[in-house]
Amino acid sequence: MNVIRFIAQNHTQVLELTLEHLWLVGVSTAFAMLIGIPLGIVISHRPRFNKPVLAGANIIQTIPSLALFGFLLPVPWLGERADRLAILALTLYALLPIIRNTYTGICGVDPAVVEAGRGMGLTEWQLLFQVELPLAASVILSGVRVAVVISVGLATIAAAIGAGGLGEFIFRGLAMVDDRVILAGAIPAALLALAADVSVGSLERRLRPR
Amino acid sequence: MQLGHESPVIEFRDVSYRVNGTQVLSDLSLQVASGETLVLLGRSGSGKTTTLKLINRLVSPTSGKILVNGVSNGEGDIIRLRRGIGYVIQDAGLFPHFTVERNIGLVPKIEGWPEGKTRARAQELMQLVGLPLEMASRYPHQLSGGQRQRVGVARALAADPAILLMDEPFAALDPLTRDELQREFLLLQQRLHKTVVFVTHDLREALRLGSRIALMEAGKLVTVLSPKEFLKSKDRWAEAYVRAFGDGLESAADRGTS
Repeated sequence: MNVIRFIAQNHTQVLELTLEHLWLVGVSTAFAMLIGIPLGIVISHRPRFNKPVLAGANIIQTIPSLALFGFLLPVPWLGERADRLAILALTLYALLPIIRNTYTGICGVDPAVVEAGRGMGLTEWQLLFQVELPLAASVILSGVRVAVVISVGLATIAAAIGAGGLGEFIFRGLAMVDDRVILAGAIPAALLALAADVSVGSLERRLRPR
Repeated sequence: MQLGHESPVIEFRDVSYRVNGTQVLSDLSLQVASGETLVLLGRSGSGKTTTLKLINRLVSPTSGKILVNGVSNGEGDIIRLRRGIGYVIQDAGLFPHFTVERNIGLVPKIEGWPEGKTRARAQELMQLVGLPLEMASRYPHQLSGGQRQRVGVARALAADPAILLMDEPFAALDPLTRDELQREFLLLQQRLHKTVVFVTHDLREALRLGSRIALMEAGKLVTVLSPKEFLKSKDRWAEAYVRAFGDGLESAADRGTS
């Protein structure tokens, strides 16, 4: 159990990198929600934007992550600090599941319920906030859950451009050909992904409409 | 209470509605008097639901005008118009994430009534439609079909609208529950004198509830008759209806659940 000893010996650094990792994932997910949920709402109400928006998000998803980090490096303000860059890239990757699930969730709301609300004189905003979003909430959150789990994994690669996070152990371990160091990054990252999955998942179940 | 020759509450003037090249309604002219229950009778696709949705402007006519209280409903505030018209649909269309009380209090709440008044109104309406008060905190999925429909009626009545639109409200119910709700509807209407437009494909329901029956076929208004006139009518479509239901009332009752 060399790994455990290694982690125990370096626990301050493990903790520090874990927090950095959480910061990258947390901020990028927040940005992705801020952009993705409104976009999902728009395309569920304006079907002609549906294809281009989803296609765009899909294309971003297909860019290899290491390449995307590399591409963004020369961008002026962003390239100055690696964490800005990592957050932008992670945000872009998290968009697709959030947009798609917001769209699916809102389209899945019973049209009879929406029409009843409209017929009774709810404004479009009231319909959105009182009917569509609450009823789509659990589907939207399951998109957020997927996004978080993907981000936790992808954020390890951010260390390649010096953005920190648990990837630092992984890259250092690879360079040193030392399994203990690799695992000191990989195990906490896996645990983070698991914890995020479970916690967002339980929130999602609580919001599921009956 | 017969109101005689007052101006109609709802009036269709040469209304046509076309969508994607399909003529859904052609040259519909129709008047609904204050306090009456006008039944729109017709088979699926005859345009009766579209006619109903034209009144609260869920559908806008391709040509023609719909006057509500003497004013074209295409002018002015559509939200105001709708809040002044109760709307009941099949399966009630209740908000699944709202309790019974919040469902009923929906329009009062968005109209900005104080919370206490909204709550009192919801309870008053629950009593009116025969729902036990302990159901106030239940969710729609915890209710039977008949109870949900009662909530739907209570919700439509919440802000005391003068007009009530009902789109096959009892069609999905079992025959006993339907019979019960039809009877209660009549009692309610004796007390409240709302102007009701009621859509159904069930002739027996139409005869029982309507003060007049507007028969529709293929997007056209065939005739408007009182229930008694309807049974004696020599009109081709009216006769066809009477024959279809008269041949066997048992089979007619079965059809009603479909």
